[in-house]
Amino acid sequence: MHTDAPTNRLHGVMAEFDSAQALVVAARATMAQGFTKVEAYSPVPIEDLNTIIHKTRTILPKLVLGGGLTGMATGFGLQYWASVIAYPMNVGGRPQASWTTFIVPSYELTILFAALTAAVGMILLSGLPQPYHPVFNVERFSMASSDKFFLVVESADPKFDQRAATEFLKSTGAKGVYDVEE
Amino acid sequence: MANHAHSTTALLEETPVILPGHDFETVTETIAEIPLSKRFPLGWIGFLLVGLAGAGMLQMALGYLVLKGIGIWGNNAPVGWAFDIINFVWWIGIGHAGTLISAILLLFKQQWRMSISRFAEAMTIFAVMCAAIFPVFHTGRPWLAAYWLFPYPNAMGLWPQFKSPLIWDVFAVSTYATVSVVFWYVGLIPDLATLRDRGVSRIKKVIYGMLSLGWRGSARHWHRYEVASLILAGLSTPLVLSVHTVVSFDFAVSVIPGWHATIFPPYFVAGAIYSGFAMVLTLAIPVRAFYGMGSLITIRHIDNMAKIMLATGLMVGYGYAMEAFFAWYSASPHERFMMWNRMFGPYGWSYWTLISINVVMVQFLWLKRVRTNVGLLFVMSLFVNVGMWLERFVIIVTSLNRDFVPSSWGMFYPTQWDFMTFFGTIGLFLTAFLLFLRFVPMISIFEVKTLLPQSKVKADHAH
Repeated sequence: MHTDAPTNRLHGVMAEFDSAQALVVAARATMAQGFTKVEAYSPVPIEDLNTIIHKTRTILPKLVLGGGLTGMATGFGLQYWASVIAYPMNVGGRPQASWTTFIVPSYELTILFAALTAAVGMILLSGLPQPYHPVFNVERFSMASSDKFFLVVESADPKFDQRAATEFLKSTGAKGVYDVEE
Repeated sequence: MANHAHSTTALLEETPVILPGHDFETVTETIAEIPLSKRFPLGWIGFLLVGLAGAGMLQMALGYLVLKGIGIWGNNAPVGWAFDIINFVWWIGIGHAGTLISAILLLFKQQWRMSISRFAEAMTIFAVMCAAIFPVFHTGRPWLAAYWLFPYPNAMGLWPQFKSPLIWDVFAVSTYATVSVVFWYVGLIPDLATLRDRGVSRIKKVIYGMLSLGWRGSARHWHRYEVASLILAGLSTPLVLSVHTVVSFDFAVSVIPGWHATIFPPYFVAGAIYSGFAMVLTLAIPVRAFYGMGSLITIRHIDNMAKIMLATGLMVGYGYAMEAFFAWYSASPHERFMMWNRMFGPYGWSYWTLISINVVMVQFLWLKRVRTNVGLLFVMSLFVNVGMWLERFVIIVTSLNRDFVPSSWGMFYPTQWDFMTFFGTIGLFLTAFLLFLRFVPMISIFEVKTLLPQSKVKADHAH
């Protein structure tokens, strides 16, 4: 296709597996080999796979806590401001700042802000929406959302060498190894 | 093995969450085939026409309401609240089962929920949508509802009354609607990517591709995804319990005999889940038969849902008993009269019909034979839908029609517009649900796959 483009514009090398078990075994072997820029793709969530490859956990729970607290402050602040400062009104002789009646909206906004932070945070931290990614250039990759499992060693890895990486991935029991064009 | 004459008990013990013979490919194929196919089955088109006719009727009823005002409804003094709030509570209650299945059962790691969570959540969203129509149009001028419902001051600088349960309800229901949609969409992202990758036509590839946001299913994606799902489930659980609690405050915070009761919040939540599971069964049983999903929605799902219906039905029955007990024990003549009026007054028929459905009929669910008889259960679920509608009718109309002063007593008679609006929302619900069945994977593809051996990883290092 791009015959005039410089060759070896590689994103990495991709190996295909048949089961979650095979992918996890290969991922462990790859990390043990000293590769650092590695990513695995699977049709189902696989426990521990993230820990094996990336070693870090997401900061999402902390963001959600922040979102929830912001929601609570917004809900309470809105009601306090409207009832005490903007338009004080005597309702049945109750105090202007009758905080117990403010609980329900504050509670609902806590949940609303926390839930929106969880969903939007998950999407944005994952770099989505992202319509293009080099892995989609591999034809077999369309099976990643169906029933095949993939492991990619990226060219950004300091240890990366196309031929060596291909040979290594073949040795991990891959059903096929493909070049991923940038 | 050779003996095929299983007793029902043996059948249940052997029925797994998914029937054997499924692998990743067959699960994807069975579920994704429906949104990706080019066919529009005749039965689907037939039901859609029925739904659209209902939605058209709703449009007429609401159009006439906007033209003439809410006087076209049967509401009067003393029955100032009638079909509008009955239907609102009924629809909101139905929605609760979807959230219970997708959130509470997720926290309890109930794997059987995975086959039914997607369309139960869709049911929630459409039910809340139908519910919202009633209070918004009860304002008479829905285009001004922003001043009355949302925290936004009117031209005089006056704010909504934050000390009123009605405004709490706005916050509760709008949060519930938003979080339900968000939770549902997040659950859909990996499945939309599956549809994108299998897409047959260019247009389907583009639409599902955009909706899936470029999901790749990388280890990092999945990790964040799992964390986010767990958090959303954890947030939805207290949310769903709060929604019907706040709905019950609309009544319980007032001083009307028959409404002013401390049992209302738990009794309303139990009733909501009871009616919601009835609706899930009403939808799941025909869908399962029509789309041949029997291997994914097994008799075990049906049995479990019937058990939840039984448990929550018993709680609702306890609520009825306590209402009667409170009325007697209060020693207040108004409370006692309310209960007498409810049982033997002009609307007594509605009370006894509701008791015979929600207290008597539900007892048959103790029998395994009944819980596994799909046809019978379908009919029973329809009765429960009616019973729970009558419960709200009884609570609202019989508490209002004969209040403290006999000179102000009156009867409520619904008008044709009341019925057209109510049945119209059922048509709208049916339309939305059919479109969902046709264009969205009705069962979570990736979640069902996690139940298969192919996705299992041995804990120790394999050699």
